[in-house]
Amino acid sequence: MSSETEHDIDDVTGIDTTGHAWDGIKELNNPLPRWWLYCLYLTIIWGIGYSIAYPAWPMISGATAGLLGYSTRGEVAQDIARFENANADISAQLAAADLNTLVANEDLNRYAISAGGAVFRNNCSQCHGSGAAGAEGYPNLLDDDWLWGGDFDNIAYTVRHGIRNEEDWDARWSEMTAFDEIFSKDEVEAVVQHVLAISGQPHDAALAGTGSVLFLDNCAACHGDTGTGNRDLGAPNLTDAIWLYGGDAAAIEETVRYARFGVMPPWGERLSEAEIKAVTAYVHQLGGGE
Amino acid sequence: MGNYFKLIALGCTALFAAIAANWGRDPAYILHAMIILGVSGYMFIRVLRSIDEPVKATPHGYMDDVVRAGVIATGLWGVVGFLVGVVIAFQLAFPALNFEVLQPYGNFGRLRPLHTSAVIFAFGGNALIMSSFYIVQRTCGARLWGGNLAWFVFWGYNLFIVLAATGYLLGATQSKEYAEPEWYVDLWLTIVWVAFLLVYLGTIFKRTEKHIYVANWFLLSFIITVAMLHIVNNISIPVSIWGSKSVQIFGGVQDAMTQWWYGHNAVGFFLTAGFLGMMYYFVPKQAGRPVYSYKLSIIHFWALIFLYIWAGPHHLHYTALPDWASTLGMVFSIILWMPSWGGMINGLMTLQGAWDKLRTDPVLRMFVISLAFYGMSTFEGPMMSIRAVNSLSHYTDWTIGHVHSGALGWNGMITFGALYFLTPKLWGRAQMHSMSAINWHFWLATIGIILYAASMWVTGIMEGLMWREVDANGFLVNSFADTVSAKFPMYVVRGLGGVLYLTGALIMVWNMFMTIWGGARVAAPVGIPAE
Repeated sequence: MSSETEHDIDDVTGIDTTGHAWDGIKELNNPLPRWWLYCLYLTIIWGIGYSIAYPAWPMISGATAGLLGYSTRGEVAQDIARFENANADISAQLAAADLNTLVANEDLNRYAISAGGAVFRNNCSQCHGSGAAGAEGYPNLLDDDWLWGGDFDNIAYTVRHGIRNEEDWDARWSEMTAFDEIFSKDEVEAVVQHVLAISGQPHDAALAGTGSVLFLDNCAACHGDTGTGNRDLGAPNLTDAIWLYGGDAAAIEETVRYARFGVMPPWGERLSEAEIKAVTAYVHQLGGGE
Repeated sequence: MGNYFKLIALGCTALFAAIAANWGRDPAYILHAMIILGVSGYMFIRVLRSIDEPVKATPHGYMDDVVRAGVIATGLWGVVGFLVGVVIAFQLAFPALNFEVLQPYGNFGRLRPLHTSAVIFAFGGNALIMSSFYIVQRTCGARLWGGNLAWFVFWGYNLFIVLAATGYLLGATQSKEYAEPEWYVDLWLTIVWVAFLLVYLGTIFKRTEKHIYVANWFLLSFIITVAMLHIVNNISIPVSIWGSKSVQIFGGVQDAMTQWWYGHNAVGFFLTAGFLGMMYYFVPKQAGRPVYSYKLSIIHFWALIFLYIWAGPHHLHYTALPDWASTLGMVFSIILWMPSWGGMINGLMTLQGAWDKLRTDPVLRMFVISLAFYGMSTFEGPMMSIRAVNSLSHYTDWTIGHVHSGALGWNGMITFGALYFLTPKLWGRAQMHSMSAINWHFWLATIGIILYAASMWVTGIMEGLMWREVDANGFLVNSFADTVSAKFPMYVVRGLGGVLYLTGALIMVWNMFMTIWGGARVAAPVGIPAE
């Protein structure tokens, strides 16, 4: 198969081949394309220069630091420091400010809301949604229906300590009873009809009547005689159209039987004082602040 | 005598697999033990039935049965891999497609490694094995060394793929990208790969050509380096011999560095060097022209081999990896640019004097566009390895687009070309059943890739810019979910690109089927074996 000749010239290009053929494939004796070679040299020279300028070559202990004194961590630290320095004054002002009078200071208020928005998008939006409209089990922060209170102090307290978590001893805490083993099947149904009734939905009037007695005996302690809720206990208002876990018969039955236990982590350790105030101001102005 | 050893080995394997199926701790392991029990039991009976039969005369001529099997496997695995890719592309666009009833098996998280492994290892791997078997015989003028060892490589490798794929679906993974299979699957692949190396080296040793053709340098470097990468990256200790879980021997950033040393060189040696080996055979054959420059092939081969192995750290810019390693990864990646392009130049310039064939030969067109995509992604790669560019592109869909312009454009197209080249030759047909179907495939695939790559560029750069967008006070403007919802239209476009690409592949498989089954066999010139 091997076909070796002294001079084998390709007809089309007039270039010598190397003289071998493999399964009919020959190779031309073209030189390296010059532009290719010079580009290769150029990248090598650049590589040498770059690796002198930047940390590159490993030594016995450590590595060469590079003439420019560059480090990726340093670059990030610089970026962060630049903004922190620029915001140092106003941030200190915010940390010391009283949230209730914040609106009076226009610049500070604007800064707080823009900083708070960033804090919210990074830390809160995972549950409450990037537009703060919440989701099933995660309260909507745009409306004026507050479980634990919607003034500045209450929002700040919730942010700082969270809800029903075990990390912070000052977390807001309450626990609904699961009535699955307390109520009979009929009783559950009656209470559900009563809740439908007080929230202005279609219901079975007879059952709701029975349910209203059960409600007074078992639910009113937290949700109030009329079912309007109690913010000290985080007990929701059951008479409006705003539902955290759904307001149809099936969802209410699920709640009555097995209760709910929504948890929010505490942010007091993780966020700075200024950030807590900022995010409080941000949430407060979303629409429902009191 | 050899058969008795085989019987003992197969019997022991079957017995061990039976025990393992009984004592196994997790579903993947139990299923795999049953598969191995079935395979070794079947082989035991086969060997037993043929024992003490008179030895058949050693066949002459090229060993093409195994290549034919590889051609079919490549086509079928390709369709499977592309299909899963289309499914997960739409799962990203419409998360509801992670149907509740299919959990956890049909979850994106489990299907994604199934897709990557199916296209890289099942489609790409079978393409590489079958074409290296074809090329090494033709360019060495020798039948494959080792008799049925080549068949062991083919079936063993495909068994590896089945074990890997079913393992992912059942939740067995070591969570290393492109190296997900667990410890016993890795061990099996090691055995198969060593057999592959032996067949390949054995054939080169008994060659009747004086010199080793350039395609074989690339293919050999691919086989050797992949063996090394595979072994080092998969060093782990099984939690129990009766379970699939294992623990990596490296920890923290060392583990990450080993993984990306492996990962990048899987691209470098599996998807680049190996496929360049295919290119160096199929392109000059299809064009009917000599390779452009022997010198360029030597220089770019050695430069590529030397440089690629250092480029891995560019996957870990701005992480716990020390800055010096990150700089070196970037520097070597950029110097790698020209050596990578050497392959493209040598391929494209081989068409000197044959450019007119592009008008009439859709197979040659496949090869040329694959080289164009190769050139594009080997420019894009070094560019993305630059730290400043990477700070924008990393973790975004730009990376996904980059990988796919390489995988769909370069690896996919050259493999389609090779399948169109080989199918008529191996089954003794004058040409493919339908030339216009090849044309359809070409355009569907090309438009599919363009939709895919362009949508991922747009969405990747948009995402990178949104992540880093800050207001005048330095506060982030977007939440992560904002970037996700902004990507939706591009995700749909990407999925459509995938549909086009898959459709093209289905047309190809139909065309291959019709070529193999239909039409008259032409009297093909018998290969002249040199034994």
